[in-house]
Amino acid sequence: MPTFVYMTRCDGCGHCVDICPSDIMHIDKTYRRAVNIEPNMCWECYSCVKACPQNAIDVRGYADFAPLGHSVRVRREEEKGTISWKIKFRDGREKDFVSPITTQPWGEKIPRLADLEVPDQEALESQLLCFEPDALNVEQGLPTIDKDKFKQGVYY
Amino acid sequence: MGTINTVFEDCDILVVGGGMGGTGAAYEARYWGRDLKIVVAEKANIDRSGAVAQGLYAINCYMGMQWDENQPEDHVRYARNDLMGMVREDLAYDMARHVDSTVHKFDEWGLPFMKDEDTGRYLREGKWQIMIHGESYKPIVAEAARKSADKIYNRIMITHLLMDESKANRVGGAVGFNVRTGDFHVFRAKAVIIGAGGASHIFKPRSVGEGMGRTWYAPWSSASAYALPIQVGAKMTQMENRIVLCRFKDGYGPVGAYFLHLKTYTQNAYGDEYESKWYEQTKQLVGDYIDHHPTPTCLRNHAFIEEVKAGRGPIHMVTKEAFQDPHKETVGWENFLGMTVGQAVVWASQDIDPKYVNPELTTSEPYVMGSHATCSGAWASGPEDLSPDEYQWGYNRMMTVDGLFGAGDALGGTAHAFSSGSFTEGRLAAKAAVKYIRDLKNEQIKISEKQYQDLKTVVFKPMENYTVGRNEITGGTVSPSYLLPIQGLQRLEKIMDEYAGGISVNYMTNEPLLLRGLDLLATLQEDLDHIGAEDLHQLMRAWELKHRTIASECVVQHTLFRKETRWPGYYYRGDHMQLDDENWHALTLSRRDPESGEWEMEKAPVYHIVD
Repeated sequence: MPTFVYMTRCDGCGHCVDICPSDIMHIDKTYRRAVNIEPNMCWECYSCVKACPQNAIDVRGYADFAPLGHSVRVRREEEKGTISWKIKFRDGREKDFVSPITTQPWGEKIPRLADLEVPDQEALESQLLCFEPDALNVEQGLPTIDKDKFKQGVYY
Repeated sequence: MGTINTVFEDCDILVVGGGMGGTGAAYEARYWGRDLKIVVAEKANIDRSGAVAQGLYAINCYMGMQWDENQPEDHVRYARNDLMGMVREDLAYDMARHVDSTVHKFDEWGLPFMKDEDTGRYLREGKWQIMIHGESYKPIVAEAARKSADKIYNRIMITHLLMDESKANRVGGAVGFNVRTGDFHVFRAKAVIIGAGGASHIFKPRSVGEGMGRTWYAPWSSASAYALPIQVGAKMTQMENRIVLCRFKDGYGPVGAYFLHLKTYTQNAYGDEYESKWYEQTKQLVGDYIDHHPTPTCLRNHAFIEEVKAGRGPIHMVTKEAFQDPHKETVGWENFLGMTVGQAVVWASQDIDPKYVNPELTTSEPYVMGSHATCSGAWASGPEDLSPDEYQWGYNRMMTVDGLFGAGDALGGTAHAFSSGSFTEGRLAAKAAVKYIRDLKNEQIKISEKQYQDLKTVVFKPMENYTVGRNEITGGTVSPSYLLPIQGLQRLEKIMDEYAGGISVNYMTNEPLLLRGLDLLATLQEDLDHIGAEDLHQLMRAWELKHRTIASECVVQHTLFRKETRWPGYYYRGDHMQLDDENWHALTLSRRDPESGEWEMEKAPVYHIVD
């Protein structure tokens, strides 16, 4: 279901161009508005739809198999920490869904590792990753295996 | 070429690709390498790049060691069973013993996890999967990478690795171009971690018009994870082990939550259960493997494919019962909205409400990747404490090229890592890369101007081809001198589909077909010297195609080498229909000589490190 852009809503801000993982949202040189230049390389990931401040981008199901008359709209609200969906079937039925997108204020709980104490050589030589073994939440620490038990060939 | 700006970046660690593996690598590298310069080069924008761009509704790899739900040994048993015995158990175990610490951090960072109301634990979808509201999974891990790396370059397509000229077989960085500015970028680095994506669009997809973008794996996963190491002579493993997915028709919406959580089930067009009907026939092909639990993914596909071939398709998912429960109905829809919105659109457009209609399933075209129920990728060293000698040469997750590390799709033998496991592999690779750099001490990497200038000419050649060739013709897309990227891509997909076991031939191939496929791939390679790119976007498509084509060659070489049908339901060797444990209970390795382009194949032993 490739994306398309409504002429009267798009103001050419380029948020969609900035985010599209497939590099297919471009600014049309004549109209100065966004356009999907390669619908057959659109994954319908909705990254551009979610990023558009004007709600100017929508999706029309792939012509190969999706009959007209449907819509799946989305509103992603970072401040509220939610994403809301409205599904409209071709026959007019509707369904609404709301889900959380984060449990924390944006980014605040993600550490700046450069600010932590520098790990010593012994830690570097060990098999532990940062915040381990604590982050594993197990008393016995990081598991390992006795190499003598290895078996070669068809076995199990 | 004189007008193209060259931008240099000298760093210690270069991470190629900022998906789950790459973000994990950037994060962990900072912890261990405080004084090191860590740089990420990403083809798109790390906030929405990689396979997790649109989110996920489950984390498919979580042990739950804290509640003794599973131990790393259990994961090894599960992965090897699902892959018909063929995994790198050391790498699988190593990922599994660390993955819980990754997942606990995601929880801390704000990723919303569903909880079991009775126990307070993470809500299990299945034995390995936990359910999340993961629409913002990627922006969250991207933030962790952003806070860790010295610099993140978005919109850089890495085309080639650079090799150190002071020591043989040692990596020295990478080059690529900015798909927006057209600048040529030269990254000189002591260590490179490949976190790039596996391969969609090497086999012809079921939808070939506008819908060709609705592949199961993201269309931007362009096999760079394989092409970059192959080009510099790194050994690859299990590249024949392509995956075919059983999915909801056309949208390729996932079935995991439906089978495991919603307890829906499949039946043929006439309402009959069909898997058990194929038991005896499958047993003749694979022996006892059909008796293992859970039934390996490929063998379930096999029953599906046979039932459809027998004229009793389409296969339906029976949803009508489960969807009477409003909670399950919500989960069923949110599952798509959280990770495969396109399936919701297909159902809305065709008025398919699973509460009243049992939706159709299909088997997808094949994909080559290394983090789902499949394990293609580079041959990499395992950790010291877990790996047999054949699997260990100094640094965890280092490929057979010094200083070149991998994570996620890039690494072979590590099935069922999924998102959390790929991030964890990035962390493991990064810690090892820091150790590698510490051991280098004051040794310097030498990259001559000639090396990157030669590559600069190669990288931008498709634009020159177009400029020159375009003047010959009045207009349109037909030129006698150049191929457009989409034209080359469709040729590649047709070759792989017809000769290497795609959908048109019900996943069937044999030696004569594969040899003919190799001939056609060789001429495609020659034609790719004449690919024409009208602009920078098309230049990116041109390089994606070149990466896909090199990876495809590797896939065909491996498929030719393994003279058995190890994974019926993924592909069939018509000339060797039996699984052959006597000769082929082994991992396949390949190496392409960077000078001659010749391939060498060998077997490596499978070690079972747990009972």
